[in-house]
Amino acid sequence: MQSRTLEIGVGLFLLAGLLALLLLALRVSGLSAVGSGDTYRLYAYFDNVAGLTPRAKVTMAGVTIGKVVAVDLDKERYTGRVTLEVDRAVDNLPTDSTASILTAGLLGEKYIGISVGGEEEVLREGGEIRDTQSALVLEDLIGKFLLNTVNKEGQ
Amino acid sequence: MRTKSPLERIRLLGKAGLDVCQALGRSTLFLFHVLAGRSGLGNGLQLLIKQLYFVGVLSLPIIVVSGIFIGMVLALQGFNILSDFGSEQAVGQMVALTLLRELGPVVTALLFAGRAGSALTAEIGNMKSTEQLSSFEMIGVDPLKYVVLPRLWAGFISMPLLAAIFSVVGIWGGAMVAVDWLGVYEGSYWGNMQNSVRFMEDVVNGVIKSVVFAFVVTWIAVFQGYDCEPTSEGISRATTRTVVYASLAVLGLDFILTALMFGDF
Amino acid sequence: MTDHEHAVELKGLTFRRGERAIFDNVDLVFPRGKVTGIMGPSGCGKTTLLRLIAAQLRPEKGEVWVNGVNLPTLGRGALFDMRKQFGVLFQSGALFTDLNVFENVAFPLRVHTELPEEMIRDIVLMKLQAVGLRGAIELMPDELSGGMKRRVALARAIALDPQILLYDEPFVGQDPIAMGVLVRLIRLLNDALGITSIVVSHDLAETASIADYLYVVGDGKVLGQGTPDELMNSDDPRVRQFMQGTPDGPVPFHYPAVDYRADLLGSR
Repeated sequence: MQSRTLEIGVGLFLLAGLLALLLLALRVSGLSAVGSGDTYRLYAYFDNVAGLTPRAKVTMAGVTIGKVVAVDLDKERYTGRVTLEVDRAVDNLPTDSTASILTAGLLGEKYIGISVGGEEEVLREGGEIRDTQSALVLEDLIGKFLLNTVNKEGQ
Repeated sequence: MRTKSPLERIRLLGKAGLDVCQALGRSTLFLFHVLAGRSGLGNGLQLLIKQLYFVGVLSLPIIVVSGIFIGMVLALQGFNILSDFGSEQAVGQMVALTLLRELGPVVTALLFAGRAGSALTAEIGNMKSTEQLSSFEMIGVDPLKYVVLPRLWAGFISMPLLAAIFSVVGIWGGAMVAVDWLGVYEGSYWGNMQNSVRFMEDVVNGVIKSVVFAFVVTWIAVFQGYDCEPTSEGISRATTRTVVYASLAVLGLDFILTALMFGDF
Repeated sequence: MTDHEHAVELKGLTFRRGERAIFDNVDLVFPRGKVTGIMGPSGCGKTTLLRLIAAQLRPEKGEVWVNGVNLPTLGRGALFDMRKQFGVLFQSGALFTDLNVFENVAFPLRVHTELPEEMIRDIVLMKLQAVGLRGAIELMPDELSGGMKRRVALARAIALDPQILLYDEPFVGQDPIAMGVLVRLIRLLNDALGITSIVVSHDLAETASIADYLYVVGDGKVLGQGTPDELMNSDDPRVRQFMQGTPDGPVPFHYPAVDYRADLLGSR
């Protein structure tokens, strides 16, 4: 039947189109079906968050364990407040863990690396990482380097 | 050629302006009649499926082939430029963003205008010139509902899907060139892409773009067919107009949409 | 109120295309159950007249009464309902190219009736039998000759048993056999079904042979009317020129132009 092949063709076309959309969502944009139920929130305050954006990775020992969901300014402390979502599975982060803003490669994107501390007590939902290390700002670094050189020459 | 007096030139300019306004008015009214009011067709789905086949399925080959090639070219060019900065690992992200935000919707719309849009115009124009449209009217069937409406919907549904397919095969074609040929590490091709492509901002905006383009291109195509002079010359002119107007509209709208979506205001 | 004796009546009809008046205050009457011919030179607006009767065009002024309803006053929806009373045979046949012969004839039935499939099939076969093409139901329109297309279109036009049949140039471009078939069919359908037929044509002999009454139109007016015999012996020079087919007369051979001599010499 002619109309049958036609209908099958249209069906395949619609399927292919929807599959393509699905691929774009999952494979290309890395949208994961993991809901927020499987994570818990932590806060970290940084003097300078330069370049850190929401959706950036949160890693520990190079393994991704969560992502940044929000970056905003804490008006009382005048520091940048970063909200992290960490996998429930990783529920044994000591309270004195350190969060630092790192850069992938020299010019790559910013992400957060967490290095483990030694306390017995662990971070819970809404907890705060006190020990933080701000983003490395290239201009500051160069400035310091130059200052050092000038100082040395002056001596 | 006879020389024209300045007044005559001004008159011609005014006439051209009035003609444009008239055509705009006619096409808006046309769209209103197509979309508004009772449809009254029980077999609407059957008609839609048939048009989806002609408009969507038959456009697949050109979309897939162009998608693969454009993805491959993007990867090749991107690799050459990015490798100057030592960041050829970012080629996947470049290919994906270019396709999703711009080339997917735009090139699909242009190809669609050339392949399906011109066919729609010619088909409806031909139905007009052979009095089939009048015939529908005399049988008491509104040709706007029976002929135009399913074609409009078919274009509307197929183009976003075609654009998505275009982007996917493009990204895959890019992966083929970058990973298999140029030796970019596969993990960084996909990983960089997934890190930088945002679903809401890139994928969804791309889809919104192609929905808008679908609407405009199909509208222009069916209107030109319906409004054409019912002679073979008139049909061929209407077909040309469809491709020209649709392409211009797509490129113009693309700028406006991009400014709205990705510009900061 | 209009006289219901007449199936179609046009009163004071005026229609313009741009500046040119195609019809200027024309009155025409089409009696019920008769074949009425409208004749006139090419481009005088005969097809336009049919479209006005079928309300595909709106007149600038005047009334189009069909079975006691003034069409130009109706809305879009009411018009579509009203059109079921009409059957139209278009010049090209206007068969739907993507449907086969059977589906073409069945189309009006499927749209307007809820009849079961077997009944539709019976009706379609009856209509096709009437035009002698019952054997062609599986063919597509592009496999038919011009004459056959018109006969299928005729079968489609009578599918819903209309009260009024409009024929637009039914004889143009037909070989003598097809022409003879059509002439016979038009007369036969008119008499057998009691339909009011309106034939627009410039084929003199064929139209005169089937029409009960003829109108000759031109220059936006009715030039002459009467039975075919009356018109043949008309005194009006324009009617006579048309009926006898003389090349020059009130309708001049030359398109209006400046003086020939002046034109030739003036270009130097």
